[in-house]
Amino acid sequence: MAQKRKVRIMVAKPGLDGHDRGARIIARAYRDAGFEVIYTGLHQTPEEIVEAAIQEDVDMIGLSSLAGAHKYLFPRVLEILREKGAEDIVVCGGGIFPEEDIAALKKAGIKEIFTPGSSLDEIVKWVEDNIKPR
Amino acid sequence: MKSTAEKVVAGDIRAVARLIRDIDDGMPEIREVLKEIYPYTGKAYVIGITGAPGAGKSTLVDRMITHLRKEGKTVGVLAVDPTSPFSGGAILGDRIRMQRHSMDEGVFIRSLATRGHFGGLTQSTRGAIDVLDAMGKDFILVETVGVGQDEVEVVKSAHTTIIVVVPGMGDDVQAIKAGILEAGDIFLINKADREGAEKTAGDLRLMIDMDQEKYRKGAWRPPILKAQAVADKGVAELVEEIHNHGRYLFETSDDIKLGKKRVRVREELTDMVEKRILEEVINNITKTAEFDRAVDSIVSGDTDPYTACEELVLPALGLSE
Amino acid sequence: MSLIFNRKIFEDIEKEHGAWQEKLDRVFEANPERLKRFSTVSDREIKRIYTPEDIRDQDFSDDIGFPGEYPFTRGAQPSMYRGRLWTMRMFAGLGSAYDTNRRFHLLVNQGQTGLSTAFDMPTLMGYDSDSPKARGECGRCGVAIDTLKDMEDLFEGLPIDRITTSMTINPPAAVIWAMYIVMAEKRGIKRDIIGGTIQNDMLKEFIAQKTFMCPPDSSVRIITDTVEYGTLEVPRWNTISISGYHIREAGSTAVQELAFTLADGIAYTQHAIERGLDVDAFAPRFSFFFNSHLDFFEEIAKFRAARRMWARIMKERFRAKDPRSWWLRFHTQTAGCSLTAQQPYNNVVRTALQALAAVLGGTQSLHTNSLDEVLALPTEEAATIALRTQQIIAEESGVTNTIDPLGGSYCVEALTNQLEEEAFEIIRKIDDMGGMLAAIEKNYPQQEIADSAYHYQRLVDEKQKTVVGLNKYVTDEKLKVDILEIDEELERLQIEKTGRIRNERDNSMVEQCLEKVAEACSGSRNVMGPLIEAVRAYATLQEICDVFRNVFGEYRDPGIY
Repeated sequence: MAQKRKVRIMVAKPGLDGHDRGARIIARAYRDAGFEVIYTGLHQTPEEIVEAAIQEDVDMIGLSSLAGAHKYLFPRVLEILREKGAEDIVVCGGGIFPEEDIAALKKAGIKEIFTPGSSLDEIVKWVEDNIKPR
Repeated sequence: MKSTAEKVVAGDIRAVARLIRDIDDGMPEIREVLKEIYPYTGKAYVIGITGAPGAGKSTLVDRMITHLRKEGKTVGVLAVDPTSPFSGGAILGDRIRMQRHSMDEGVFIRSLATRGHFGGLTQSTRGAIDVLDAMGKDFILVETVGVGQDEVEVVKSAHTTIIVVVPGMGDDVQAIKAGILEAGDIFLINKADREGAEKTAGDLRLMIDMDQEKYRKGAWRPPILKAQAVADKGVAELVEEIHNHGRYLFETSDDIKLGKKRVRVREELTDMVEKRILEEVINNITKTAEFDRAVDSIVSGDTDPYTACEELVLPALGLSE
Repeated sequence: MSLIFNRKIFEDIEKEHGAWQEKLDRVFEANPERLKRFSTVSDREIKRIYTPEDIRDQDFSDDIGFPGEYPFTRGAQPSMYRGRLWTMRMFAGLGSAYDTNRRFHLLVNQGQTGLSTAFDMPTLMGYDSDSPKARGECGRCGVAIDTLKDMEDLFEGLPIDRITTSMTINPPAAVIWAMYIVMAEKRGIKRDIIGGTIQNDMLKEFIAQKTFMCPPDSSVRIITDTVEYGTLEVPRWNTISISGYHIREAGSTAVQELAFTLADGIAYTQHAIERGLDVDAFAPRFSFFFNSHLDFFEEIAKFRAARRMWARIMKERFRAKDPRSWWLRFHTQTAGCSLTAQQPYNNVVRTALQALAAVLGGTQSLHTNSLDEVLALPTEEAATIALRTQQIIAEESGVTNTIDPLGGSYCVEALTNQLEEEAFEIIRKIDDMGGMLAAIEKNYPQQEIADSAYHYQRLVDEKQKTVVGLNKYVTDEKLKVDILEIDEELERLQIEKTGRIRNERDNSMVEQCLEKVAEACSGSRNVMGPLIEAVRAYATLQEICDVFRNVFGEYRDPGIY
């Protein structure tokens, strides 16, 4: 039966840091907004995240990081997505980053960065406005 | 340009993933693709894994993947989680426990949400199994949502159904309904280091052995295994029993093999017919100018929804006077 | 028995209270209260006023008493800050061992009295800097330690016979501790002289901080090995710092922090007793580590309740006889999660208030967060302000002149009772599940914390909880703070350094030592002995941790949301 397409989002924690409070809260908020969320758990390499995102056919990957390794890890995810021909998957980031880093990450192709100043409603709304399930 | 079906059969991950999404989203285009890949299906061995939440199904699946991969077999996994009835959203978390296999090219894992479907699976599970089958996976593991004890729909699609129980979790053997007992080809007591494992095994044995007549005629007697999936204990034995059951199905008795297959085809076709009828009839009714007019009249207060519904449905089904 | 209030007084108090309440109700009828509900940061409802009625059954000797006396509500030691101030222990660690060593010298020269080491993520997880898993993380949130050589460079020239060292490390804590012991020994300082703390608290990792390596039961076994070794060989060392800090940072409430931390302490105690150790031989070396969050009175009550609860647990549950086993000594860190990247200078004020709560709660040592900590590792300037904050509280504010100045406050005593009661209820629940290891397996504490974190976030989003600069009094102004940049070169240099050591050491010796470690892990022999020999032979952190992973298996995130 023709039903409306569902937005599918992967919430992923790249790197070794274990601060998953933000990722878990976001995963819940997305669920409560009606999205299907695939949560990868902690300590994922960029390669593992991309492979999982492709298998799960998600529309967006939300990366969360809190230990300073985002400058390497986030762009690396984009790079592998390109290698795999999956650059149509939108990548966003969440965490606490210095202004300069945010600019650099956006320039590298991270679509949006959410910080503790962003409310859950804003984060959900951004998905509703910007992510069209294919 | 290759067609979607060709890409799927060639094992193109992206094409497989997207096709499953289309099936899940109920896109009408998929019918043609499924027709095209059907000839390539029927080779995979399908294993259903069911049991109450917290029984450790995902961890078990994770370990089973490792063992099957060691045998050189390729594996597809469908892991079903419930959709929130309030928001329609879902957090699909089974994958976390299997994520270590994500870089293994011989493994494809897909999380599915029930989207309001009952029975432990999703509407799309049947189609998704066919897709993984056509892409050439040797084994397909289907992990059900495991909300209650009635969810044994997976039996219809699986060659071997494994019922996972945990000692002392309140889902004591007494609580296992007869339907479930019949559904199980293998019973696995997970977390068997916990107190009460022996008792659970004994109780299960008692219930399974009640039907001695059946076994005398050569029916499969479900083994009861103990495991600690977290520590990878007892999983090799489980895989061995799955192979035994498979041999039983395919080698020892042709009738059973056909019977199993026939049951599956019949169920599948019934389901498909049911779904298709609903879809066609509903579309016929709701995608009409008449339907829109009826909505307008209800809103304007010219009629009530009960009358409108009757006036739309009865003629469409040829039941109006 | 020494009831504080004579029963007779309550009749009058109730009458007066009722009259006041009526008057107040009339006032609020005309002008309603500012908020519908007044609650703490943990969303605990707070009354308009507290009176003797709220602590009517309070017994002075049994419940409050004197500092240094059972049940220690008012302080661990009798003299408290009249004798000696708390240890101002600032957490530091950045980049290479050389960089951190320089920072340590600076801190010691500024009057800091204890060192506290932060390690980078690969070290915390038991990976060497040249592991593929470490890419991009070397030296980022602490110092990278791969071998004994790094440990030697880290403490070069520092008076480790006089100052104590705290090391925030968990899964590989036993290995890092072995490195410290050998490093000291090579400088001629014996095991029974060195003092300090390893965090070594794996239970809270499974519950909250999620830095893990091996499954919970094996992790507790290694911890029990360190407790045993410390008790026998390194008597001045605190072998576990039982930590609520991370539980709180993960989003728990105050009472959950209190309950889960003490339940962890109960589990460690139980295991050490089962090992055959006498409770009074090891319990005095357990120390605690709490968070000091924003809600001033609730936090102070939490610290007071923690002391009283632990004393009761040790005396009544474990039958400890030595008063030093009863007392709960704790380190405090101000709440990192309360800081904002917006208007970062406000963080100085938040930290000052939290530090004040920790001091009024009677902390033994304190780390104050730097204003930029939310963004990156602190710059030297920011770290100095944070240290000065403590010094101002200690030496200017006057709050240290008397011990437990809030003791006897109707409000604080009532909150202390309330927190204790609720925390004991949670501990009972955990006991019923079969203890903390069983509760973790059931994901009980993980789920509870996830629920609280989500609840709090919703309150902030709905502006029911104010975060200045974030959901109220917001400005567009972008205030620049200087941020400490970690040199990208560092990773390469560290990888080179470790590579050099691998080439220069006696590799067959390393092999032998690693086999001994594996044997100890598979058997029941204490691993500390073999670990000390392995690090002495310059086996790397990861080589040793890989042995752990091989023998015990790897624990993976169960992903509770």
